[in-house]
Amino acid sequence: MRSCQTVRVLTLLVALLVLMLVIPPSAQEVAPATPLTLVSREGRRPLPTTIQGGRELVALDDVASIFQVSVREDTLAGGVTVSYRGRSIVASANRPMASVDGRVVTLPSPVVRAGRRWLVPIEFLSSALAAIYDQRIEFRRGSRLLLVGDVRLPRVSASIESAGPPTRAAIEIAPATAVTAATESGRVVLRVDADALDLALPPTGSGLIDRIRPGDQPNLVVIALTPPAGTGRATVTTANNITRVLIEVPAAAESRSPIPDPRIAITASRAWQTIVIDPGHGGDDVGVRGPRGVEEKQVTLDVARRLRTMVETRLGLRVILTRDDDRGLGLDERAAVANNGKADLLLSLHVNGSRGAAQAGAEVFHLQLDRESADVVRAATSEGVALPTLGGGVRRLDLIPWDLAQARYLDASAILAGVLQEELQRQVPMSESPIRQAPMRLLASANMPAALIEMAYLTNPGQERRLDNDDFKTTMAQAVFSAIVRFRAWSEESRTP
Amino acid sequence: MSMKAWWLAFVGGLVVLVIIALTVARMFGPASPAQTEAPEANTATAPAETAHITATVFFGSPDGEALVPMRRDVPLAQNVVDQGRQILTVQLSEAAPSPFVTVIPAGTTLRAFYVTERGDAFVDLSREVVSGHPGGSLNELLTVYALVNAVTANLPAARRVQILVDGKEVDTLAGHVDLRRPLVRDTSLVRSDGK
Repeated sequence: MRSCQTVRVLTLLVALLVLMLVIPPSAQEVAPATPLTLVSREGRRPLPTTIQGGRELVALDDVASIFQVSVREDTLAGGVTVSYRGRSIVASANRPMASVDGRVVTLPSPVVRAGRRWLVPIEFLSSALAAIYDQRIEFRRGSRLLLVGDVRLPRVSASIESAGPPTRAAIEIAPATAVTAATESGRVVLRVDADALDLALPPTGSGLIDRIRPGDQPNLVVIALTPPAGTGRATVTTANNITRVLIEVPAAAESRSPIPDPRIAITASRAWQTIVIDPGHGGDDVGVRGPRGVEEKQVTLDVARRLRTMVETRLGLRVILTRDDDRGLGLDERAAVANNGKADLLLSLHVNGSRGAAQAGAEVFHLQLDRESADVVRAATSEGVALPTLGGGVRRLDLIPWDLAQARYLDASAILAGVLQEELQRQVPMSESPIRQAPMRLLASANMPAALIEMAYLTNPGQERRLDNDDFKTTMAQAVFSAIVRFRAWSEESRTP
Repeated sequence: MSMKAWWLAFVGGLVVLVIIALTVARMFGPASPAQTEAPEANTATAPAETAHITATVFFGSPDGEALVPMRRDVPLAQNVVDQGRQILTVQLSEAAPSPFVTVIPAGTTLRAFYVTERGDAFVDLSREVVSGHPGGSLNELLTVYALVNAVTANLPAARRVQILVDGKEVDTLAGHVDLRRPLVRDTSLVRSDGK
């Protein structure tokens, strides 16, 4: 009996031993759920990766065979060198960084030496190898694609904005890419001018759209419709390096007559009424001071007053100066004067300064918005808020952050800057860089077309003398006035429905 | 105890010993890849004291119109943050060689520098960068982008740069360039020929 129990215990122990021997110690090393795909001009191929301790790694042996790089281990230093055409990357085991031609590149996880293999984080390819390689290497984490070389693979994201009917869907293609839309029975097909597409599509449809799915070719997107859908319509626009395709699908019996957009109706009926002129600096903030002591704040106020008189008397418009005396004013307060006054135009007057005394000439600035701020605005514009109106129906409002209000007027402001440059160069000396685009603080908050004019360089002794001269200041105001007249004509014309 | 029982006990004991040995080996043995701890970026071991990297810093062109990149040897630091401090110290303190001009107001010092996991670098400067600034949109652009480009050109881990003054966010340095958000590298102001 006792011997029988001992045999059972022994059998159990042996089974445990066998299990431990059969299961390899690297059981935590698992393959990812979705393989990484390398996309190049030659086509697509899987790139094997492994997950260890939550980090996805790729073996340098695989990298060597795919990218034709040489991998040499330095056993004495405990490191590895990856070389390609005379340039090299040095990495050490267990360190989350690599030296690329003397520059330090950080990695999200350490380089790992596993037996005879060297494993590196995937980001090693896009941040370290890309720096020495002769082709672009880009890793797109969301879609698990590794792009190599000059492959055109724009991101395509789709969303259904309203179930309707009419059902509306927006498809954004970044960077901006030519796209054609073909309306067929029961579907709309978008053909994007690209080698393939990096797709982010909604899992299900809504309203009259059954589903948005990839087409049977790598550059096609299909919007499949569901009964009783009528014929879909596609509108393609491009702004800020993004192509936006708006798909509208009415019900089959629905009238095709266009529904007037209340926002367009309101703006189209209103001619210009108000412009705001902002004399830069003021109070303790004198701005630039010239070698003879002329101060920027005095010049800007003087020219602003001259310009106000011209606009009021010759165009009959209301003109608001953000300051009409020598006082300090914050940039938000200046923007608020223009936004609350519902101005049709904001012009900020300044005088420039340079460390080079010879620098001279007028410059016009319009706003440069970085990619991420543009994304914030786009998200706000596409989501919007729907509010019921008194007469029935719904009016959609786009809620845009105050400090990014200029986002909707980037194109108009670029045209304004061009008109200002043309009119200024007829009458006053221009800088070698007459138009500049920069993240200017005041312009970002302006909820209307806006530009900042640097009228001359106060640090240039010759220009300082001119800026202290009444004739020059009147000429400057006249040039800006001519630009206002031209831009108003363009603006009112472009508002006509 | 019979011979058979002795034999069974001996074999059983042997198996238990092997299991214990295997378990201990897995827990404390030579590190397998799965057990490698990921050290933080700033705990990398110290490089040799003589090691240097070649960093790019920016001065103003002789006409004050553009930024000109120049290479400087900077000691190799232990991690990205220390490396950034070394580079910024050179950018802030070194006077421009003639005929180039310095675009950072005199007396400006680095109070702090750090980089977030998102790649946002924060450059905290002393108040002289505001109080000593000569003004003008162009001057201000050159000051801001000398700093932004010096960080992003040398440290790929830093994608964007936010400038702080005295530890606080500021609207602008001199009333023009928006510093409320981190800025990305801008090479439109950079001229390599120095003309």
